[in-house]
Amino acid sequence: MSARLVEAAYPEGRPRPEIEAHTMAEPLIELRAVTKRFPGMKALDSVDFQIFPAEIVCLAGENGSGKSTLIKIVSGVYDFDEGEVLINGKPVADFGPRAAIAAGIQVIYQDFSLFPSLTVAENLALNRLLSEGKTFVDPKRRRQLGAEALARLDVTIDLEATVGTLSTADRQIVAIARALMSDTRLLIMDEPTTALTGREVDRLFSIVREIQVKGIAVLFVSHKMREMLEISERITVFRNGRKVEEGPTAEFNEARITRAMTGHDIGHERHVWVGDATTAPRLSVRNLSVGEAVRNVNLDLHKGEIVGLSGLLGSGRTELAMALFGMEPHSGEIRLDGVPLRLSSVQDAVGAGIAYVPEDRLSEGLFMQQPIARNVIASAINRVTRGLFLDRDRLNALAEQTVSDMRIATPDIEKHAGQLSGGNQQRVVIGRWLLTNPKVLILNGPTVGVDVGSKAEIHRPELIQNCNRILLMHRGEIVDCMDAQSVEEDDIHGRLKGLR
Amino acid sequence: MTAVSKLLRRSEAAVLAILIVVMIVIGVINPAFWQADNLFNLLRANVVIGIMALSVLTVMISGGIDVSFPAFAVAAMYLTVIAMNAAGYQGVVLPFIGATLIGLVCGLANAFFIHTFRMIPLIVTLGSASVVRGLLLGLVGTSIINIDRMPPSLIAFGSSTVDIGGSKLSLMIFIYIGIALLMWLFLTRTMAGRAVFAYGDDAESAKRVGFNTRRTVYLVYGLAGALAGFAGLLHSSMIWLANPRDFVGYELDVIAAVVLGGASIFGGRGSVFGTILGVFMLTLIKNSLIIMRIDNTWQGVVVGCVIVIATALTAWRDRKALV
Repeated sequence: MSARLVEAAYPEGRPRPEIEAHTMAEPLIELRAVTKRFPGMKALDSVDFQIFPAEIVCLAGENGSGKSTLIKIVSGVYDFDEGEVLINGKPVADFGPRAAIAAGIQVIYQDFSLFPSLTVAENLALNRLLSEGKTFVDPKRRRQLGAEALARLDVTIDLEATVGTLSTADRQIVAIARALMSDTRLLIMDEPTTALTGREVDRLFSIVREIQVKGIAVLFVSHKMREMLEISERITVFRNGRKVEEGPTAEFNEARITRAMTGHDIGHERHVWVGDATTAPRLSVRNLSVGEAVRNVNLDLHKGEIVGLSGLLGSGRTELAMALFGMEPHSGEIRLDGVPLRLSSVQDAVGAGIAYVPEDRLSEGLFMQQPIARNVIASAINRVTRGLFLDRDRLNALAEQTVSDMRIATPDIEKHAGQLSGGNQQRVVIGRWLLTNPKVLILNGPTVGVDVGSKAEIHRPELIQNCNRILLMHRGEIVDCMDAQSVEEDDIHGRLKGLR
Repeated sequence: MTAVSKLLRRSEAAVLAILIVVMIVIGVINPAFWQADNLFNLLRANVVIGIMALSVLTVMISGGIDVSFPAFAVAAMYLTVIAMNAAGYQGVVLPFIGATLIGLVCGLANAFFIHTFRMIPLIVTLGSASVVRGLLLGLVGTSIINIDRMPPSLIAFGSSTVDIGGSKLSLMIFIYIGIALLMWLFLTRTMAGRAVFAYGDDAESAKRVGFNTRRTVYLVYGLAGALAGFAGLLHSSMIWLANPRDFVGYELDVIAAVVLGGASIFGGRGSVFGTILGVFMLTLIKNSLIIMRIDNTWQGVVVGCVIVIATALTAWRDRKALV
C-alpha cells in the first residue's frame, strides 16, 4: 500500500536547463566553511554551499544530516559558530532573519504558516500591508494585492475563500504566492511534496519552473528521490553534518543519492517468501464491497506472505485496508484461518488478530508526549498486568525487547515518542502491533515521511523489494496481479499511468 | 463576500431568525411586549452587557478568554465613585476617563502575565479577578453607595433620555452603538485589529509574518480591561448605585452572548454584529423569563444551556469548515 511511491509520477524526459551558465554568475548566497554546534554535536561541520540565481537545488540527506540546520542558517534563523555568509559576493556581518529577507530569501515551511480563518486575499496581502506599516486596511487594495499575487503564478483560487477550506495543494500555492510577493530571489521549500498527490506534484513542479524563469532560485528539501531527480539541476547530499556529494543532477541516480545519504549501499535484495501457497489461506476475502469505493474484491493471503496493494489515490486501497480493520462498513465475507469474521469495529479486528499501522503516524498512531515504553505497550497492555496493576518490570522488559528487535535508535525507553525521528516513530508503531501477536498486519503507506536508511530497516518498506505479490487497484476493483519476483518499479508506474 | 463572513453571516442570520421567531412568540403571548416602553427597556438592558461582550469578543478572537472583566468593572466603578465623593467632584467626562484607565491598568496586568510567562488566559484572569475583588473589599470597603450618596452628575448622566413618540429611550444606547462602531472599525479596518484575528488563528504564523504579537496581547487585554472599567461606571450611573459586590455571574452571561453571536472559542473568528445580536438574544431570553414570571433561579439553567448549545454549534461549524 505504499501508494506515495507509486504516485510520484516519473518525469517524461523533460529537458533540463543547462547548469553551466550559472558558474559564470556570482552566487546569490554563499556559505563558507560554516560550522554550527549544538550541545554534544556538530549539526554542520565546515560546510561550503552556494546558490546561484535562477537555479533549482535539491538538498538530500537523512533525518538529522544537517539539511534543516542549513535551511535555518540560510534563512537567518540560526546563528552559526564558524564561517561566513556572503550575499552577492559580499560578506554579511550579522546575518539574521531580517538580513535574509532583505536579501530576498523566503522560506515556505511545511505547515505553510497561513491563517486558516482568514481569506486567501488577506493571507496574501498581510505581508505587504505589514511592511508598509499602514494603520488602516483597505479591503479593495487587499483584494487587488491578492489577485496580483495569484496572477503572477498564473493560478486561480477564490480570493474570498477561507484558507482553511482549501486543499493542501491550494494552500501551498497560496504560501508560494505569498512568498513571491516581496522581491524574492531565493525560495526555500521544506519537503513541499509530502502531502501532495501525483497530479498536484506535477502542478507544483510546473509552478516551480515558472518561478525559475522569473530568475528566482529555488532550494528544495525532499525525501523523494524521483522528485529530486525530476525537478532539480543540482543535488547536494548531506550526511552527519557534512556535505558529502554535490553535482549536476544529470550525474545522479537513485542509487548514487542513496549511497551518499547513507554511506553504504542499501540492500536491494528482494524479500523471498518460502511458503506454501497451496495450504489454506490465512486471510480470505470474498466479494468485499465498501460502498462504491471497493467493489467485490477477492483476496487470499497466506501465512508469511507479504502482499502489496497499490493504486492511485481514490482507487479504493485505503478503504479496503480500513474495512479489513473494522473501520469501514462493508459487505462480503472475511475469513481468518477459515473462521468467518464480523468486523464492525476496531475492537473486533484487534480481537481477531488483525493489526493496522496507519498512514499518518502523528494523528493516528502515537502518543507523542508519552515515553516510548508506554507507546510500545499500549496495544498489549493485558500482557503486562498483574491483577489490577501494571507489572513495571515486565513492561520495561517487553519494551526493551521491542526497541532492540525493531532497532529503534534511542538511548532509553523513557524518551518521549515525539523526540524520535519519523522512521523510528514508525518502528514504535509497528513494534506495538507486533507485541499483540497479530495474524495479519496491515501497513498503510509505511514509508511516508521516512528516509531511505530507515526504509531499509523497517523490514517491509517498499512494494517490490518486500512483497511477494503486488495487487493493483483501480476504481474499487483489483485490476492486476503481479509477481514481485519479476516486476520492476517502472512497470508499476507504467501500469498506473495507463489507468489514469 | 468571504467564506468566513458567509459562515458568520449564516450563524448571524440564524441568530437573527431565531430572534425574530422568539419575539413574535413572546408578542403573541404578551402583546405588551411590542410596546415602545418595553422595547426601549430591553435595549437599555443591552448596553452594559453589550459593551462587556465587545471586550470579551476581542479577547476570544485572539484565542483567549477573559473572566476578570466583572471584577475590573466593579473595581473601576467603586474606586471612581469613592474618589468623586471624596473630592466632591461633579462631572462626567473625567470620572469615565478615570474608570477606563483603572480597567486598562488591570487589563495590562493580565497581558503582562499572559505574554511574559506564556500562561493560559483562563488561569490568569481567574486569578486577577479574585485578587482585584479581594483587594477592593479588603482595602477599600464593603458598603454599598446608595442613591443618596451617589454623585448627582452621574445619576443625571445615566438617566438622560430622548423622547420618541412619548416613550423615553435611554441615551446610553447611543454610547453602546458608538463603541460598537468603533470596535467594528478597529477589528475589520485596522492592521492592529487584523493582527488580533491573525494571532488568534495561529500565533506562531502571526509572529513569522511579522506581527508584533506582544503588542497584540497587550492591546487585546488592555482594551478588554478599559471597556470593562467604562462599562462598570456606566452601569452604576444607570442604576444609581455603586455596589462593590456587583457583577457576580456576569462572566457567564457575557461569554454566552459572545458565543451565541458566532465567535469561535478557538480564536480567529467572531464579529461585532454577531455579538450585538447575541447580546440582544440573551437579554431577550432573560427578560422574557422575568415577564413569564419564571423563578430567578431558572435563569442560570437557561443561560448555562444557551452557552453549551451555542458553543457546541460553533465548534461543530468550525470543525466542519476546517476539514
